[in-house]
Amino acid sequence: MSIGATPGGPIAGYGTVEGLGIGKPGKEPPAGPPRSRLGRLWPWSIVIIGSLYFVAPLVGTVRMSLRHSKGAGAAWTLILGNENMWPAFLQSIVNGLATIVVSLVVIVPTAYWVTLKLPKLRPIIEFITLLPFVIPGVVLVFALIRLYSAPPLLLTRTYESTRLVMICAYAALSFPYMYRAVDNGLRAINVRSLTEAAQSLGAGWPTILIRVIFPNLRVALISGALLTFAIVLGELTIALYMAQKTLAPFMADIVRNKPFEAAALTLIMFALTWLSLGMISFVTNRAGRKR
Amino acid sequence: MGGARRPPFRISWNWVGIVPFLAFAGAFLVLPTVVLGLRALESPDGSTTLENFRNLATPVVMDSFRLSVKISLITAIVGGIFGFLLAWSVLLGGLPRPVRSLLTTFSGVASNFAGVPLASAFINTAGRIGLITVLLKAAGFDIYKAGFDLYSFIGISVVYLYFQFPLMVLVITPSIEGLKREWREASENLGASAFQYWRHVGLPVLMPSILGAMILLFGNSFGAHATAFALTGGNLRLATILIGQQISGDVLQNPGLGYAVAMGMVGVMAISITIYSVLQRRSERWLA
Amino acid sequence: MTYLTLEGVRKAFGDSVAVEDFSLAVEPGEFVSFLGPSGCGKTTTLRMVAGFEQPTAGRITLAGEDITNSRPAKRDVGMVFQSYALFPNMNVADNIGFGLKVKDTPKTEISGRVGELLELIGLPEKAKAYPYELSGGQQQRVALARALAIRPKVLLLDEPLSALDAKIRDELRNEIRRIQRQLQITTIYVTHDQEEALALSDRVVVMSRGVIEQVGSPFDIYNYPATHFVASFVGRLNRIPAVVVDAAGGVVETGGRQFRTNTAISQSVGTTVEVLLRPEELELDGTEENQLAGTVENVSFLGSIVRVVVDVGGTALTVDIFNERLLHLPQIGQPTSVGFPPHACWIPA
Repeated sequence: MSIGATPGGPIAGYGTVEGLGIGKPGKEPPAGPPRSRLGRLWPWSIVIIGSLYFVAPLVGTVRMSLRHSKGAGAAWTLILGNENMWPAFLQSIVNGLATIVVSLVVIVPTAYWVTLKLPKLRPIIEFITLLPFVIPGVVLVFALIRLYSAPPLLLTRTYESTRLVMICAYAALSFPYMYRAVDNGLRAINVRSLTEAAQSLGAGWPTILIRVIFPNLRVALISGALLTFAIVLGELTIALYMAQKTLAPFMADIVRNKPFEAAALTLIMFALTWLSLGMISFVTNRAGRKR
Repeated sequence: MGGARRPPFRISWNWVGIVPFLAFAGAFLVLPTVVLGLRALESPDGSTTLENFRNLATPVVMDSFRLSVKISLITAIVGGIFGFLLAWSVLLGGLPRPVRSLLTTFSGVASNFAGVPLASAFINTAGRIGLITVLLKAAGFDIYKAGFDLYSFIGISVVYLYFQFPLMVLVITPSIEGLKREWREASENLGASAFQYWRHVGLPVLMPSILGAMILLFGNSFGAHATAFALTGGNLRLATILIGQQISGDVLQNPGLGYAVAMGMVGVMAISITIYSVLQRRSERWLA
Repeated sequence: MTYLTLEGVRKAFGDSVAVEDFSLAVEPGEFVSFLGPSGCGKTTTLRMVAGFEQPTAGRITLAGEDITNSRPAKRDVGMVFQSYALFPNMNVADNIGFGLKVKDTPKTEISGRVGELLELIGLPEKAKAYPYELSGGQQQRVALARALAIRPKVLLLDEPLSALDAKIRDELRNEIRRIQRQLQITTIYVTHDQEEALALSDRVVVMSRGVIEQVGSPFDIYNYPATHFVASFVGRLNRIPAVVVDAAGGVVETGGRQFRTNTAISQSVGTTVEVLLRPEELELDGTEENQLAGTVENVSFLGSIVRVVVDVGGTALTVDIFNERLLHLPQIGQPTSVGFPPHACWIPA
């Protein structure tokens, strides 16, 4: 069946963090020079052509989702009533949440520690966080299976243990954009001064982390978490090779023989991704305005 | 603390803080890859050899790499150019503010909208009974007769652009925002037209970023798999598809070769990312 | 014959008015400063002259030609930005020659002109250097050369020195004035630093909240401020609240002591007014006609000036005295008397 790397992954996540300026202080975007009516012709044309290209597949999918021989709403009812869909969906959601937790627990203290105590190591840490760029999903799952499927490192004996390995792999794959988001956030709040101020007032490390750092990093953390969630929800390659029954493999199954239901599910996935990303923009903009 | 004498092991205690991170990255990124690399250096009888890497020159492997590189180059260049134009239009084109945030959010969505859903969406649009195909046929233009095939390398490229354009927009946006307004004004003040500004100042200053972003796009496409497979099954043998097939069944009839192919892929990605990093640093000098 | 005129220029951004009824006639070769606090409209006005903002109303003419609606590229003005705005991808020579290159000037002519300007700004050896290799002061000089290369009719400078260290600022300030004099180029200089404005300009335009408060020579602005704002913005000012005793004779009373101002007072007897005095026109324990007794509150040794704050019946007066080697610095708590001539007083209407 369909196995492979999901393009919407570390690189796309990294691009999203950079492009949306996640964690960075909000600033006024530069306006271009004032333009005449004619001068705006090119920008509008380009945007319109781009929009057509992006909207067409969605329209095509909507049309397909309504074409089930049993009626316009049939595909929707069938997919929402599908006995395998919901368990798979649930697994994906739980995996997403678990990945977020693991990723935050590993990345946030590390980023904080490096910024504060080991600034010279920063380039090395950044290099490591970019490793997921270098190891495509397909290669990673290949390597993970070969490494952890045999003694002495047998971690994939049961479904759940494999699931754990997968979640850890997802967390590792989230390093590029999680670290970037948190790093942006830490730079924006001048973390060294904040820490020194807190220390001079008598706060210990846990207090500092929980009461000073985390609240100020909220935007970066929420955005990173939402991004991770969206990516894990749609991830196919690793899940399939590790024989996990998550949403994407389920979808891959029905895309050939149940195209109408697949179309309906595609729209649901799109809406969910849009919701997650939209929330990121909302949270980022709200914080930007507050400043 | 009396006296100012520092305990001699002060520095190494700081390293403790990043041990969890190093262990995690080690266990789930570094070690698996290293082991893969080691196995690529193994011959069937267990000795060390470069044979597997030499065998990368076999047609099966070469063809798949060639195909992947072709698709990646095309989507990187087309995606880069049009993605840049899109970003320029929205950021500097004098369009209303809502358009900009709409495009940015949509770019985030579209760049992450890949794999099976994307394949399904394009089948529904440009497949044999897809919306656009049908509309064009009604208008008298049969794209499939004209040579287009969604399940060919052209089709895949068109589909890949769906996440390549937005990725370009996202990656190049900070750089375009980094163009100082004063440069434009100084240039105008000295008598330059918009075209002259872009030719002598704007594009040269952005060039490292644009090239870097295109390299990123290349890597993104090269390492992509799910979309292609969901679309064509195993018919279009990209490098990633080949590796995928190798995982589920030793299609190359040579496990060592399989590992070598995987490492070859890592090699290509590593080169791409290195070039990207270098260009990124160059551009930050001017635009940060 | 004026060279650059602004008539009734107004700029509004939606509901807020940034510049209101700005009228000014600048002579050829004149160095005029726009001086005021942030947000007073000085930069906006400059940008309207440059063409980066469109006036909501009013007219701008340069050498007889109406340029109000001309595009920046067509105006023949040269602008120096606060952040230098040197093109990072070009070296110094290419930056300076840029304005000539876009006009398709022959290469030999360009290099000749660039050489000339490098000599003028004193950086001939830096022709091949890139902006990031230069210090702030050097970059600003290159920015100046770049603006002058196209032989503009007017030179506009937008707070060019505010990003520099104090010492560099002083040097560069004099450089700019020297070059301007040498080239005799009409210049408008925007700054919030009054020392700069006073030191460099032929005339100063003091602005506040979008409106011109006063236009005049540095001496006039300083010594004969037209409005309260100008008096307090430019230089230090002492204010003594006093009651009018004899309006015609200019006599007021404060804290039981009377003193005489130079001219008749417009306010009637019994009104409380503010008498404004410059610190340098006051002296301690001298022989001037007006004397107010008080106690030394603070002494600051500033180098060439000793700044003494004296408490006179509840009002703190700042007295600036010149330093000299044999000076006995006043002690805090020491009783003293602040003296000043009548003509040093000024009572705004």
